[in-house]
Amino acid sequence: MTGPAGPVDTIYALSSGHPPAAVAVIRTSGPHAFSAAQALAGPLPRPRHAALRALHDPAGGLLDHILLLRFDSPASSTGEDVVEYQCHGGGAVVRSIIDTLAAQPGMRAAEPGEFTRRAFSNGRIDLTEAEGLADLLEAETESQRRAALLRAEGGVRRLVEGWRTRLVTLSARAEAAIDYVDDEEETAADATALAIESRALAGEMAAWLDHPRAELLKDGIRVVAAGPPNAGKSSLINALSQSERAIVTDIAGTTRDVIEIPVAIGGVPFVLVDTAGLRDSGDPIERIGVARAGSEVERSDILLWMGQPADAPQHRQLLLIHSRIDVAGREDPPEAAFSVSAVTGEGLQPLTQALIDRAQTILPGEEQIALNRRQAIDIAAASGALTESGGNDIVILADSLRRAREALDRVTGRAGVEDMLDALFGRFCLGK
Amino acid sequence: MFDVLVIGGGHAGAEAAAGAARRGARVGLISFRVEDIGQMSCNPSIGGVGKGHLVRELDVFDGVMARAADCAAIHRRMLNRSKGSAVQGPRVQADRILYREAVQDAVTASGAQQIVGEAVELLTDGGSVSGVLLADGTRIPCRTVVIATGTFLDAQLFCGTERIAGGRRDEQAAIPLAVQLRDLGVAQRRLKTGTPPRLDGRTIDWARLAPQPSDRDGWSMSAITPEQRPPELACAIARTNVTTHSIIAANLDRSPLFAGAIEGRGPRYCPSIEDKIKRFGERDGHQIFLEPEGLTSDLVYPNGISTSLPADVQQEFVNSIAGLERCRIVRPGYAVEYEYADARQLRSTLEHQGLSGLFLAGQINGTTGYEEAAAQGLVAGLNAAALALNLEPVRFDRRTSYIGVMVDDLTLQGVTEPYRMMTARAEHRLALRADNATTRLGRAALSSGAVSVRRRDQILGHFATRETREWAETEEGRADRLYAPYIARQDREWAAVQSDTAIRIPDHLHFGSVPGLSNEAVERLERARPETIDQASRIQGITPAALAALHLAAIRRAA
Repeated sequence: MTGPAGPVDTIYALSSGHPPAAVAVIRTSGPHAFSAAQALAGPLPRPRHAALRALHDPAGGLLDHILLLRFDSPASSTGEDVVEYQCHGGGAVVRSIIDTLAAQPGMRAAEPGEFTRRAFSNGRIDLTEAEGLADLLEAETESQRRAALLRAEGGVRRLVEGWRTRLVTLSARAEAAIDYVDDEEETAADATALAIESRALAGEMAAWLDHPRAELLKDGIRVVAAGPPNAGKSSLINALSQSERAIVTDIAGTTRDVIEIPVAIGGVPFVLVDTAGLRDSGDPIERIGVARAGSEVERSDILLWMGQPADAPQHRQLLLIHSRIDVAGREDPPEAAFSVSAVTGEGLQPLTQALIDRAQTILPGEEQIALNRRQAIDIAAASGALTESGGNDIVILADSLRRAREALDRVTGRAGVEDMLDALFGRFCLGK
Repeated sequence: MFDVLVIGGGHAGAEAAAGAARRGARVGLISFRVEDIGQMSCNPSIGGVGKGHLVRELDVFDGVMARAADCAAIHRRMLNRSKGSAVQGPRVQADRILYREAVQDAVTASGAQQIVGEAVELLTDGGSVSGVLLADGTRIPCRTVVIATGTFLDAQLFCGTERIAGGRRDEQAAIPLAVQLRDLGVAQRRLKTGTPPRLDGRTIDWARLAPQPSDRDGWSMSAITPEQRPPELACAIARTNVTTHSIIAANLDRSPLFAGAIEGRGPRYCPSIEDKIKRFGERDGHQIFLEPEGLTSDLVYPNGISTSLPADVQQEFVNSIAGLERCRIVRPGYAVEYEYADARQLRSTLEHQGLSGLFLAGQINGTTGYEEAAAQGLVAGLNAAALALNLEPVRFDRRTSYIGVMVDDLTLQGVTEPYRMMTARAEHRLALRADNATTRLGRAALSSGAVSVRRRDQILGHFATRETREWAETEEGRADRLYAPYIARQDREWAAVQSDTAIRIPDHLHFGSVPGLSNEAVERLERARPETIDQASRIQGITPAALAALHLAAIRRAA
C-alpha cells in the first residue's frame, strides 16, 4: 500500500469496461501524469483538447494510435493533472499500454474508487456527489439513473449547502452577540427571534425527510404479502414474479421464512416478499417465521393483506386482496378488495397496475431529489438539534446551531468553525 | 546554571518566569529594562468573554495576572450577565501603574532573578538550547529558554508616514535575535496590530457622555480574594459620526495600517478604525469606550479607534466626536508590524519541535491580547521547568480548558491573523465556564506542584464545598444543574469518538506516502505533525476521507 517516497503518487487505471471492446479509456491522475504521457506520446495537446497521438514504448515500438486528452489541475475530475488515453479496446493493446505506463517513474495502479476519492479529497465533489456517482454506476433502470444523476450532479449538496449557509448566518449572529457583547450596538441579537428562525429551518429539513428515499429506487419497493396461513400468499407472489420461488402446498404453515424476489414490473423495481402465515404456533421454527412476517409488514412499502379486511393492520399503502376466487365459495369479494386467482390469472393485471400506480406515488418524482439513508440520518440529527433550541438561552441556542451545522457537515463530508468565523467577521464590524 | 531563562518581561514572560519558579526551577528573566515587567502596551483592561476565562484558569495554577488585576482594578464589569454563566466574562480595567507594580512584586517574590539586558543570540549545542548571549557579551548558560518577546522581534512602528524600528513606542526592537530565529526557521511571517491615541482626560467633556459605572457586586478575578481594592472610576461611551468617518475616509491613503502592503491575507476583524470605515462605511457611527488609565493618571484610552493615521488627522477626527471637541491627544495611535513564529512547530507544551529546550510563548506565536499571552507563558514556564528538572509536563486539553483550546488551535492550525480567544472556539463551551475553573483544573494544578500553600488550601476547600448540601444553591452549583443535560449529551458524543484519541500516529510517518491524501492535506499534516488521530481531525483542511486514510495508515504501521 505504501508508494514510493515523495508526495502523492500518480495513479493509472482502465476506466472503461473489461476488454475486448471497440474503445478503451485509460485514465491517469497525479503529478507525473503529464511527464508519463510525454514519454509515451510526445508533446501534449492543449488542455481539454483531444488529439491524435502515436503511443510508443521506451524501446520505440509502436503501441497504438490513440486519442489523448489532457486536463490541467485543478480543472480536472480529480483536481490533479489528468491524462486520458482513448485506445483500441483489445485486451493485448490495453495491457501493453498499461504495462508501459506502470514502468514510468511515480506511477502505480489505482485502488478501487481511488479517482473518486481523490476528487473528494481535492474538494472537486463532496460526499453526497460521490455517493450519487456510485449510484449512477450501479443504476439499472431509467428512474434509478435519473435519480442518481440528480445526486451526482450535486442535488443533495446544493440542498444541504443552502441550509448550511443559513445555519452559519444564524450561528454568526448568536456567536457575535456572545463574544462581542461590548459591541452590543452592532451585535445584539434577540434570542427568541433566532430560536424562531432555527425552528423554521428545522421544519424545512423535517419536511424533506418525509420525501421518498433513494433506497426505494435502488433496492426496490417492498411489496409484502401477509395474512393468515393458507391464504394463497405464496401462489400470488409466484404469479406476480412469474417464478416458482415460493413453495406452495395445501398445508397451512408451509412458508416458514421470508422469501424476497426482486423483480421489475413496468420499469419499476420491486422486491416481492412472501411471509409466513400469521398464527400462533407451537412449532418454534414457525414462530420465528411469524415474527419475521411481523417485521416485514412493518417495513413494507406496500402491504398486500390477504386475510379478513377487518384484521388488516394500519398501513399507508394497503391493498386488500381476495384471493383464490377460482375456488368454489369464494366468488363474493368484499368491497375495495382485489379479486385474484393465481391459478387462472384472473385479476392479476389490475393488481399489477395498482402496484405500479402506488409505486409512482411512493417513489421520488422525476426531478425530485431523493436522500439516502445515511444522509437522512444526519439531516434528522440536524433538524433534531435545532428543535431543542432551549427557548431564551442564546448559549444553548448557539450550541444547537453548532451541532446542527456539524450534522450537515457530516452529510457533505466537511467541517469547520472557521467558516462560521468568516461569516461572523464578514457581517459585523468588529475589532480594535 | 539557570534551569529556565525567560527572554521578555511582558505578560507571557512574567507568567513563565513565576510559573517555572513555583515549580522549583532556578529562573532568570531577561528584559531591556526592569520597569518593562508587567507593562500593559495597549488597552488597560484584563479579561472579557473568553479572555476572562483564560485569566480564571491560569489563576488556578497561581498565575500572576488574576491577582495583579484585582490589586489594580479601577472598574469592573461582568459581561454577558444576562446570557447565562457559561459565557459570562469577568473584565476589569486596571490602573497601569498599580498593575505593573503588582506583577513586579509577584515576579520578585517568586524568586526569579531579573536580568537587565538585550538577548541577541540563542546558544545551542547539538539539537538543544544551551544558553543565551547578551549584547554586552555575557554568556548565560541554561537548560531551557522561553522566548516571550511579544511584538519586539524586528518590529516596526507606523504612524502616518513615519516608520521606525521599535516594539512599543519609545522602546527598541529586538533585531539580532529576530535574525537568528528567522535562520532557524522559527519566525518568518509578519502581523500588524494597532493601538488608539491616548487622550488627555481633563479635556474631555464627560458630562455630555453616557457613563458606564462599575459593577456593584464584589466578584474578583482571582479565587483568592484580594485584601484591599482600589477605588473605582466610571467609564463613558462616545460615538463616532458621519463627520468623523469622512475625515478618515479622506485620509485613507495616508494610513500605513490600511494602505501599506499587508503580507498575505488580511485579518477578518478590523484592526483599525480605518478598516471599519472602509469595510462598513454605511454605518452612521461606531461606539467608543473611554477608559481612564489610572487613579493617578489623566490619560484616557479610547477603546475602538485604533489607528495609524498621521497625528494631525487623528487630532482632527477625535475632535469631531461629540464630547471630545476640545480633547487633546497626548500620544498618537500607531501600528506595530512584527515577526511571529508558526506555532505549528510547537508541541502541546509549547516546546519547539526542532530545538529541544526552546519554548515560545505569547504574542510571538501570533496571538493578540494580554490574557492569551499570559496563559501561554504559564504553559511554557511550567513545562520548561518540567524539562529542566525532569518533572511531569503539564498539558491542557481543549475539553477541559480554554488554555487547552488555545494551545490546540495554535499548534495544530497555526494562525493567519492575530488569534484572539472567543468562546465560539470551544466546542465544550457549556462546560468551560469562568466560574468553574477551579473545579476543572484544581486537581491538575495540585499535581503540578506549582501552587502555593494558600492556593492549595483554597482548591481543597473548594472541592470540600462541592460535597456539601449548600453546594446546589451556589452559583456554580446551579449552573451545573442547568447545563448538565447538554453536557451529558456532549460527553456521550465524545465517548463515541474517544477511541480515536488512543490511536497514535507514528512519529516518523511520512504523510506523503499515505494514499488518499491530497497535496494540501499532506502539507498541513507535515506542518502540524499531530500525535494522534484525534488531533489530526482538528486540523483545518483535513476531511473525513483524509482522516480515514490516515487512520488506516496508522493502524497498519502499528500492526
